Amino acid sequence: MAGRLSTIGLRITHAIPVILGVVVVSFLLTRALPGDPAVYFAGAAANEQSIAEIRTALGLDKPLTEQFLVYAGDVLTGDLGNSLSTGQPVLEDLANRLPASLELTLTALLLSCSIAIPLGVLAATRPGSAVDHLCRVLVTAGVSLPTFFTGIVLIYVFYYLLGIAPSPLGRLDFIYIEPDHVTGFYLIDAAIAGDWETWIGALKQLVLPATTLALFTLAPLARMTRAAMLSALSSDYIRTARAAGLTEDKVLFTYAFRNALLPVITTLGMVFSFTLGANVLVEKVFAWPGIGSYAVEALVVSDYAAVQGFVLAMALLFVALNLVIDLTYTLIDPRIGFETK
Amino acid sequence: MSDLATASLPAKQPDGALAHAAYVLRSNPVTLLAFSMFAVLLVAAILGPALVPYDPMASNAAQALQPPSFDHWFGTDNLGRDVLSRVVVATRLDLVISVAAVALSFLIGSILGSIAGYWGGWIDSVLNRLFDTIMAFPLFVLAMGIVAALGNTVENIVYATAVINIPFYARLVRAEVNIRRDAGFAQAAKLAGNSDIRVLAVHIFPNALPPMMVQVSLNLGWAILNAAGLSFIGLGVRPPTAEWGIMVAEGANFIVSGEWWLAIFPGLALMFAVFTFNLLGDGLRDIVDPRQRT
Amino acid sequence: MTYETSRRGFLTGVGATALGASVLPFLKVLPASAAGNDVVVAVTGQTINSLDIHRKGTNRPSYQVAVNVYDRLVSFGTKTLEDGSLSYDYAVIEPEVAESWEFTDDGMAIVFKLRPEGKFQDGSPITAEDVKWSFDRAVSVGGFPTVQMKAGSLEKPEQFEAIDEFTFKINLLRKSKLTLPDLAVPVPMIINAKVAREHATEDDPWAMEYLHKTPAGSGAFKVASWKPGEQLVYERNDDWTSGPVPAVKRVVLREVPSPATRRALLERGDVNMSFNMPNKDAKELSGTEDITVTTTPVENAIYCLCPNLSFEPFKDKRVRQAIAWSVPYEEVFQTAAYGRGAPLWGGQSATPADIAWPQKFPYSTDLDKAKALLEEAGYGEGFEVPLSIDLSQSDWMEPAALLIQENLAKIGIKTTIEKIPGANWRTASLVEKRLPLHLETFGGWLNYPCYYFFWAYQEGHLFNSSNYRNEEIETLTPEALHMPVEDPDYAPKIKRMIEIVWDEVPRIALWQPALNVGTRNLAGYEYWFHRQLDVRGLKKV
Repeated sequence: MAGRLSTIGLRITHAIPVILGVVVVSFLLTRALPGDPAVYFAGAAANEQSIAEIRTALGLDKPLTEQFLVYAGDVLTGDLGNSLSTGQPVLEDLANRLPASLELTLTALLLSCSIAIPLGVLAATRPGSAVDHLCRVLVTAGVSLPTFFTGIVLIYVFYYLLGIAPSPLGRLDFIYIEPDHVTGFYLIDAAIAGDWETWIGALKQLVLPATTLALFTLAPLARMTRAAMLSALSSDYIRTARAAGLTEDKVLFTYAFRNALLPVITTLGMVFSFTLGANVLVEKVFAWPGIGSYAVEALVVSDYAAVQGFVLAMALLFVALNLVIDLTYTLIDPRIGFETK
Repeated sequence: MSDLATASLPAKQPDGALAHAAYVLRSNPVTLLAFSMFAVLLVAAILGPALVPYDPMASNAAQALQPPSFDHWFGTDNLGRDVLSRVVVATRLDLVISVAAVALSFLIGSILGSIAGYWGGWIDSVLNRLFDTIMAFPLFVLAMGIVAALGNTVENIVYATAVINIPFYARLVRAEVNIRRDAGFAQAAKLAGNSDIRVLAVHIFPNALPPMMVQVSLNLGWAILNAAGLSFIGLGVRPPTAEWGIMVAEGANFIVSGEWWLAIFPGLALMFAVFTFNLLGDGLRDIVDPRQRT
Repeated sequence: MTYETSRRGFLTGVGATALGASVLPFLKVLPASAAGNDVVVAVTGQTINSLDIHRKGTNRPSYQVAVNVYDRLVSFGTKTLEDGSLSYDYAVIEPEVAESWEFTDDGMAIVFKLRPEGKFQDGSPITAEDVKWSFDRAVSVGGFPTVQMKAGSLEKPEQFEAIDEFTFKINLLRKSKLTLPDLAVPVPMIINAKVAREHATEDDPWAMEYLHKTPAGSGAFKVASWKPGEQLVYERNDDWTSGPVPAVKRVVLREVPSPATRRALLERGDVNMSFNMPNKDAKELSGTEDITVTTTPVENAIYCLCPNLSFEPFKDKRVRQAIAWSVPYEEVFQTAAYGRGAPLWGGQSATPADIAWPQKFPYSTDLDKAKALLEEAGYGEGFEVPLSIDLSQSDWMEPAALLIQENLAKIGIKTTIEKIPGANWRTASLVEKRLPLHLETFGGWLNYPCYYFFWAYQEGHLFNSSNYRNEEIETLTPEALHMPVEDPDYAPKIKRMIEIVWDEVPRIALWQPALNVGTRNLAGYEYWFHRQLDVRGLKKV
């Protein structure tokens, strides 16, 4: 166990240069953005003087290296600065919005897994059959749709034409009362509070955006499941197991599936971090108050602190996620150690 | 996704590979379909501007927002431009963006990955951390940032898409090269007096190509979606250039008011192209992965 | 904290919390529009980023908080327009916190008598001391509020005097017709100075941090909850002392970025109001059953095409005129504005008949004339130039630019359209003034032609993005700016100014924009020059 702890420690030290790199690159990237936040925020009737005042107030008149040192120092103390466009501390904004994005992404992935994995297994057991081809075409069609397009079509059909879906107004129709803040996940918070009306309300809001994202994530998961299952099924130990006369179900689920899980989990991790970054567009369409839409708004107005904060948060999340995946690996397959490349 | 394909055998007989390809195509109608769809795309890209019935740029305010009809099969947009013409003409630009972006990341990724995999050591560590850093970024937002910082032109969309893809190629090549740098055939080539670079380029790198082709094909589709997403945010190509992403993005605002054809047709074209590349990638994987040979 | 309130059932007030989940289901199944006769739900595409208009970085949509939550000394009256809709009345100044006012005999000071019964939302009286503190703050904090105060010749704290508890005096630097109207714009709002001072610190003497999130005003509504990027909930101030208590109890303002979604919400009856609708939706939804679309041309505002005089071909007046003759005005107006607003082309005479502003420019689409002018200027073979537009306004700028591009090509001017992101747009177009050919949208809050000229035609001023300079304009504009409209010299000066800018066209008027608001089961919407939502007069029908 001590060995495992120290290897986790090693993994974390490996992440440090990555985080450092992200801090530097995001700082430089925001500074390379065109436009002058001071001008933007000086407002409609600003003159040279008021713009200069704002520039000083924001510390943008200092040399770049000094700005970076100030920023790095602030980050070390946990201060991500104030967002100019929402007027709130970035940390507060992220804390408010991250649960919304996570809830959406996780729901979408859950939905996606529950469809993609059985589909993948089904396809792998009958490679080359019509079922296999159909699965392939279906999931490929899903990943071929731009998410913003799917989202708008779903809103048009299910809300506007059919009137089945609730109005696409973010996480909760305003007639519901927001559940007490515990985790920030409305489904969990509402369940904790025992408020099932709100729970259903929140779930209803989730259905369309989650479906949009799930359609997009079906393909990598289903494909990887199929490929991993195929390679597991064609391996020697399966042949041995079959030769030993084990039932097909036992072979399939106990041996093959368990081994196929590893690459699927890696893919899941990649898909998760990719989706979290890419649901920018879905959040925009569904007025979802997540961090993706926050980042877009911030980027367009050159809101330095907000963009940097967002990127840093995502990078930390990414590093943490990889750590979790590695840990899961060892749980599923204890043979895999942490030896680093 | 790559690690599966790494099992491909180092030295394949060319005719064997061809025969295998023919076998896979015969036994896999979907891949055959993908190849024929790809042919359609190519025709549209090469001959498109000569085939279309109207000038894709010419506005006609009197004909604005006409639904699909015999004269305008896909209807007209808010400036009265023919949607069919614009959809067809856009094929070339969209393919160029994705092919250029993917080629660029393929090239840079291969070089960096080969260096990291062949020589290892500190250079490997530095490059690895660099790729980690890029991958730790939310990729779409990184692409947005790059385009926003450099200005929204076609070249910058290409660069942005290329940058975010480099790590995937570099990782793949690095792994392939790393496995083989001490393999017998590489050692033999070296002993025969070949330079490191020659061994790397001629003997080792070609082994990484099959899995790379799969990645390329999947990436082409993804690059188109990426460009479309950038357009949706407003960071895409310049108007009045016809491009699927920007057409869907603009058309999306007209769906609720009933002018569905503005977004649906370019959306379908976009889907068609991405779909083709994805199926193609899948098919190529079947061809290069001998484990499929059952 | 204002956040906490949001989870308490604002829909039914105190009741909802007490009733608990068992009774609530009845409420929850109701559609939003039927949520109660005293609750209004509105959607907008923009984010409110601060509750304090004086703060640096406060964006335009946030100005409505200053209107609804704070009072001013005076306000504008209300009038009914020809189409039956309501508009503020620039000609009438009405009491708000002040019950009366008069100029001193020499005309160099105004003395305001405050309402003795005036109360802030916390119940404390509104005193002259509060007014003084608020005005001192507006002229001291810098940035937009200070600039706007200056437009009314309100420049330094020494001008403001609290004579006694309910008497407030403004000493004027000059006699100007702009001073009194400038007191009725959102900026000179009256803040509860006692509360604000409690939260002021040495680094933050004007309590910017506190008032940013926690308003301390006397206005008709309180902020019940505010989630930037999501929604703002107003709750009626039942003890409003500066006017009749509003009819609705709560106003929920949801932020929905997608215009298509906003339209769907209004069409399906899930909201009572869509504020600042796109022109296309306004055109198509007007005449729909149950939906009222109010379109009001924005006063003193022009959408224009600006050739920049710092760039060679545009230094020649004839080139600018050639462009003005080549714009396909009607197509642009129909395609980019869907015919909402007022045409500003096709004027018959090169000299204005009256001082109305904006009025039709004496240009229309005539490519032959354009071609001839271009040849006369020595640009017969044409030239190349980028045409810049703002990414965040591409809904109308892009179609307009595409149509202009097409016609310019016909006279040999080759343009490439450049979309510039929002942050860069202001810097490039207004501050650095470096865009050779671009679209511009200035509108003046104070409804005088001279005020428009001051900002948009005088050299070096912010909205003169064409780098235009004309000696006569430079002399006439400051002369006319503070002069009363009744002055016999005023009209001739303004006419001369209009004549000059028509001839020299540094700004080519495309059309006068309009503000569209769609309402459903809702009356009492009033148009304001600041183009933000005033919820005070709304009532359900």
